[in-house]
Order: sequence, then C-alpha cells, then structure tokens
Amino acid sequence: MTYIGIIITFVFINNFILTQFLGLCPFIGVSKNVESAVGMGFAVTFVMSIAALATWAIQNFILIPMNIEFLQTITFILMIAALVQFVEMFIQKSSPALYKALGIYLPLITTNCAVLGIALISVRSNYNAIESFVAGIAAGLGFLLAIVLMSTIREKLDSEWVPAPLRGTPIAFITGGLMALAFMAFDKALLNNLIG
Amino acid sequence: MLKEFTKGIIKENPVFVLALGLCPALGVTSKVVNALGMGAGVIFVLLGSNIFVSLLKNFIPEKVRIPAYIVIIASFVTIVEMVMEAFIPSLYESLGVFVPLIVVNCVILGRAEAFANKNTIGASILDAFGMGIGFTLALIVIAFVREVLGAGTVSLVPIGSWDGVITIPGLSTSPARVFSLAAGALLVMGYLQALLKWSNMRKTEVKK
Repeated sequence: MTYIGIIITFVFINNFILTQFLGLCPFIGVSKNVESAVGMGFAVTFVMSIAALATWAIQNFILIPMNIEFLQTITFILMIAALVQFVEMFIQKSSPALYKALGIYLPLITTNCAVLGIALISVRSNYNAIESFVAGIAAGLGFLLAIVLMSTIREKLDSEWVPAPLRGTPIAFITGGLMALAFMAFDKALLNNLIG
Repeated sequence: MLKEFTKGIIKENPVFVLALGLCPALGVTSKVVNALGMGAGVIFVLLGSNIFVSLLKNFIPEKVRIPAYIVIIASFVTIVEMVMEAFIPSLYESLGVFVPLIVVNCVILGRAEAFANKNTIGASILDAFGMGIGFTLALIVIAFVREVLGAGTVSLVPIGSWDGVITIPGLSTSPARVFSLAAGALLVMGYLQALLKWSNMRKTEVKK
C-alpha cells in the first residue's frame, strides 16, 4: 500500500522535473529526439534506484553510527560518482550493446541533480531500504515519462514554424511549463481518492 | 583583467546564456529573498572552489581531476550548509534540499574545469565573482517576476523592525498564483530567455 503511494507520489504528484525542478539540464539538453531521451531516461532510472539504496546504506551503517552526518553531502556525491563509474565499467564488460545505447549519457549523470536529490529526499523522509529503492525507481520513471513526452513534442515542433527569438531552449521551457500545468492535475487529493 | 569580471554578468551569463545551474534557478525563485540566499551561497562556493582549483592545478593528476574538484566543491558546500543552518535557519528551511544540491550546480564544476584550472589565482577570483554575481542577478530577475506576479509581494532581507516584505497594492489581493508554482517558473524562464535573445538579435541588426 505505502509502496503504491510512493510510486504515485514520485511519478506524478512530485514529478522530479515538472514540479521539483530536479534534473532540468538533461531535460532541456537531451530531449531533442525520442531515441536519446529514452536512453537517458533508462540510464537515470537505473542509477537513481541503485543510488537511493546505496546512500541509504551509507547513511544508516556508516554516517549515523559514527555520528558524522555532517559529511553527508561529500560522501553521497562521491558515492554517486563512484557508482556511475562502476555501472559504466560493468555495462561495458557485460553488455556492449547496452553500453552503446547508454554509454554517452552515463558520465553526465554524476552531475544530474535528480540523483543526489533522490538520495537526500529519501534520507530526509526517513524511508527504509525498500522504500528508498522504490522511491528511486519511481522518481526515475517520472523522469523518463517527462523527458520522453518532452522529446516527442520537440520532434513535432521541429517541423513547425517558431518565431526566431523563441527557437531552441526558450520554446522548450515554455513547452515544459505547459506540461507542468497539466501535471498540476495530480495532487494529494488524487492519492487519497485512489488508496484512501 | 576587468574583462574576466564583467563577462559573467551579461555576455556569458551562466543562467540565461550558458544555460547552466538551471535547477536552483527555478527551484528556489518563488521569493526574492530565497534567490538572494542561494546567490550568496553559490558565490561563496564558487569563490572557494575557484581559488583552490587554481592553486592546486599543478598538483591534481589529470585523470582524477573531476573527483578532486567534486571533493573541493563539496567541502565548501558543507561549510555553507552548516553556517546557514546555524545562523539563518529560516532560509535553510525554505531552500531545503537545494542547499546540498549546490554541489551538483554545473556552474561551479563548469568554471573549475573551463577556467580555474588554466588560469592564475587572481583571474580565477575575478571570474568567480563575475559568474557568481551573474548567476545571482539572473536568479533575482526570475524571482522578482515570479513573486510580483504570483504573490503580489517583493520579500527582501528583514532589517530591524521591518519584516522585509514590500506589498504591491492590487496585485497582492488577487495574484496570478500559477507563477509561484512550477509551471509558472518554466514559463517565466522561457519568456525571459526569448526576451534576451530578441534584444540581442535587434542589436546585431542595428549594427548591420
């Protein structure tokens, strides 16, 4: 029950891009075509779910017992950087095809605020291990949903006439704003109606 | 020398022109005072990281430079976090998760990689101030538009008995609430960028 709540919250109600502004750089930068948006979306989902679990373990097995919670920011970002590197190496060895599809996006993920964001939000919400993992997957899927929707709209926009000052990123932001307006329909009341 | 300072403010403005550091630029700009706090934090971290990166540029091995920069940046972010939590807890609360997220603000890592590791300490300091002020100004502009339209107020730093909030008559009773929400932030950002681009295009046309 709570897991369904977490999934709905992170995919729709608190969608990372459209309501929390986390992960905006790739949302604007890598959404020019659907194929790369899908690749980026899956790479981010993958890293986010593992990162949420790994940072939960660090927080609860290292930082809290040793009473050094103030080092949270440094350890989390290093953890994520190491994790991304490790995932990159692992995928390169185990599945060259997947590496070809995701490879170029992986280095970018370290500085994607969505990954550090989910780690910090899970810790601040006092989630347990499984809840953190589920939150990571859900937030990643929310990211995937938003970036894929955005890329399909931008592919259509390419063949339309856009006033010169609005071409490129400005129209992408405005499109994102209109998508965010639509996502305002998802709020806490929806969650209450669905699962009481 | 002065060029290093002024370029970040308009010509290479990190938010509007380079499109870096977008998450905090939209996430914290529902109030002007939050934009000021975020700007101050970023200027401090940028200054610290630029100084240390330019001092250590000959000692950091090429291969591990990015992790090394991240450690330097994260240390300064931790200082900002602790100082802010201790002295201005209300600001710390309202900035929330965006304070530790200064670490992944691409403006800071971008300047370390593109400028500080190639230049002297003096130039790096000027560059940090210029970029930091440019970032802060961009945040203030976005926050000003959003707060005036979305809440009908302008909240500045409280001084003495004055709570720091300017209320605009008329707008504050029936504001366009959407501007203080997520959708408004993206729209304001898009239109501001378009405006800047339009004015640049006009300037180049006049020159011709």
